[in-house]
Amino acid sequence: MAGKKRTTRDKLPAIGKARTGISGLDEVTQGGLPQGRPTLLCGSAGCGKTLFGMTFLYNGVVQYDEPGVFIAFEERPQDLIKNVGSLNYDIDRLIAQNKLAIDHVEIERAKIAEAGDYDLEGLFIRLGFAIDSIGAKRVVIDTIETLFGVLEDESALRSELRRLFEWLKSKGVTAIITAERGEGTLTRFGLEEYVADCVILLDNRVHDQLSTRRLRIVKYRGSAHGTNEYPFLLDEQGVTVMPITSSGLAHDASTERLTSGIPDLDEMLEGQGYYRGSSILVSGSAGSGKSTMAAHFVDATCASGQRCIYFAMEESPSQIIRNMRSIGIDLQKWQDKKLLRFSARRPSLFGLETHLATMYREVADFEPAAVIVDPLSALLYAGATGDVHSMLLRLVDFLKTRCVTALFTNVGVLTGESAATEVQISSLMDTWLLLYNRESNGEHNRQLYLLKSRGMAHSNQVREFILTSDGIKLRAAYLGPEGVLTGSARLAQEAKDKAAILVREQEIERRSRELRRRRREIAAQIEMLQAQLTSEETEVALLNREGMAREDQLATDRVAMGASRLTRTTIGEPAKPVGRPRK
Amino acid sequence: MTENHGYNLRLYVAGQTPKSIAAIANLKKICEQHLPGRYEIEIIDLMKDPALAMRHQIVAIPTLIRHLPEPLKRIIGDLSDTEKVLVGLDIRPT
Repeated sequence: MAGKKRTTRDKLPAIGKARTGISGLDEVTQGGLPQGRPTLLCGSAGCGKTLFGMTFLYNGVVQYDEPGVFIAFEERPQDLIKNVGSLNYDIDRLIAQNKLAIDHVEIERAKIAEAGDYDLEGLFIRLGFAIDSIGAKRVVIDTIETLFGVLEDESALRSELRRLFEWLKSKGVTAIITAERGEGTLTRFGLEEYVADCVILLDNRVHDQLSTRRLRIVKYRGSAHGTNEYPFLLDEQGVTVMPITSSGLAHDASTERLTSGIPDLDEMLEGQGYYRGSSILVSGSAGSGKSTMAAHFVDATCASGQRCIYFAMEESPSQIIRNMRSIGIDLQKWQDKKLLRFSARRPSLFGLETHLATMYREVADFEPAAVIVDPLSALLYAGATGDVHSMLLRLVDFLKTRCVTALFTNVGVLTGESAATEVQISSLMDTWLLLYNRESNGEHNRQLYLLKSRGMAHSNQVREFILTSDGIKLRAAYLGPEGVLTGSARLAQEAKDKAAILVREQEIERRSRELRRRRREIAAQIEMLQAQLTSEETEVALLNREGMAREDQLATDRVAMGASRLTRTTIGEPAKPVGRPRK
Repeated sequence: MTENHGYNLRLYVAGQTPKSIAAIANLKKICEQHLPGRYEIEIIDLMKDPALAMRHQIVAIPTLIRHLPEPLKRIIGDLSDTEKVLVGLDIRPT
């Protein structure tokens, strides 16, 4: 029995508390039920009072080594044992070990006549004997009000009940007294008047044909406690209260990063991926690849040896495994290695709060590093719209406190009614990925946009992503003249660009060929002209030489002529033409 | 009243409380008056043997159980209301 530490001023003795071992309840009550005092547990029929009480005793024995006594007014011990057998409580063993005693008070009005004054000393003796025989520290009385229907003398009964509760206190046992809820009152017979230390109300409300069990601490004398209504679960694993409050924003923010499992996406997130403990919302229309995005994250998380829970709301685990195999992700092996746990439930199975309570317990039990809720939108229809935000807040808070990274998928992208929901949810999310499935040119193409990512400089680009047999691939943003292009439009634009380049290249080629030709042409011309010039020069030189030769001849002839003339004169011989002789 | 068998009566009390003492006295008086020589009274003090309270399904004190004649009858209280005791024990038809 863990007495609560003195957190208040030392002069005030802090009230001792007995832990119930009921997950969540000890947090709501800040340590358990008032130790050594009776607690009133009220609620209408079928809301789980008996199982609650039995769980309290069972946990007391198994976890805290505090034997317990169960006084049953309504059920026979064998029925009781059978009923709680559904919770895997081995009551028979505890009884055999003298750790638990069950006493069925069989009392029927028809068989009893009253003649004069009486008291309930017999009950006290039985209870006292049961407590003493096993050294019980815990007692559950279920449901003592039955006596009101049996005994005529109500005033005697009331005074005896008052005495009983005082007596229980004097015995120092931590007791739970169950009572039926009355019209407009906590209990039908006003037991809250006598048991005033702690009153817990259980409720089973049906909304939209979905029932949700809730628990509320109506009063807890001498102790602070959570005042909200908390959903709780009753199933094969016992009682779980979901104590998450939205009051605290005290969770530590981790700077550690987790890869998204898609290298290209990590690149958009500063090259490192998501923050550990952050909440990621992946929203998109049907078939836009949300689950695949989630599967990548699961795969990466498990591959790093961390655990992961996949809350599947629409598909069965085997279907998810099969589908993801088609894109090259083997989730089966992680499941086999106990790193991945699937928790598949139809959203309509129970109310939103019960779903969240289930998640709470699974997370507390499996302690994963990451959690997938696929899709979150399925849950939104399981609860009243007003509750959705607060419940999600509690879930997100709870996961953050545990530093569990959560990836939620959500169907629908900001259209009409869903927009309001999106906005409600998105404010709780740290990272919001939008997946579009845009139709253009007769085809759908997938696009991804990182709408926000708190605490990091993220990419603002719209990227096209494609599902390959090797997982998701993000393609580099292709910005055409009319914005980002995807799919065949992208291909067409790429082809167009390529053609244009080709044409340009060819033009250049043509031009340079022309140029080369011209150059050759000009060179040839130059050569020709030069040849012409040379020949002209040669001619000129020839002429020049010819002229000079003639001059020389003439000069020679003149000399010869002069000489002949001189000779004839002297000898008297007739003069003969000099030079060329005439023929 | 065709019943002629003896009455086997057990009175459960818890110590010497006024109610217990009164019940014992009242029972004896009634038996003497209405069942002279045909009754047998066993007084069981649960303070001395508390295990019997559970075994015999005793809640209220005092409790009178008629074991014989069959069927079993239970009367609670200090038996001060003689009329009710007689009805409860089927001693005199109303």
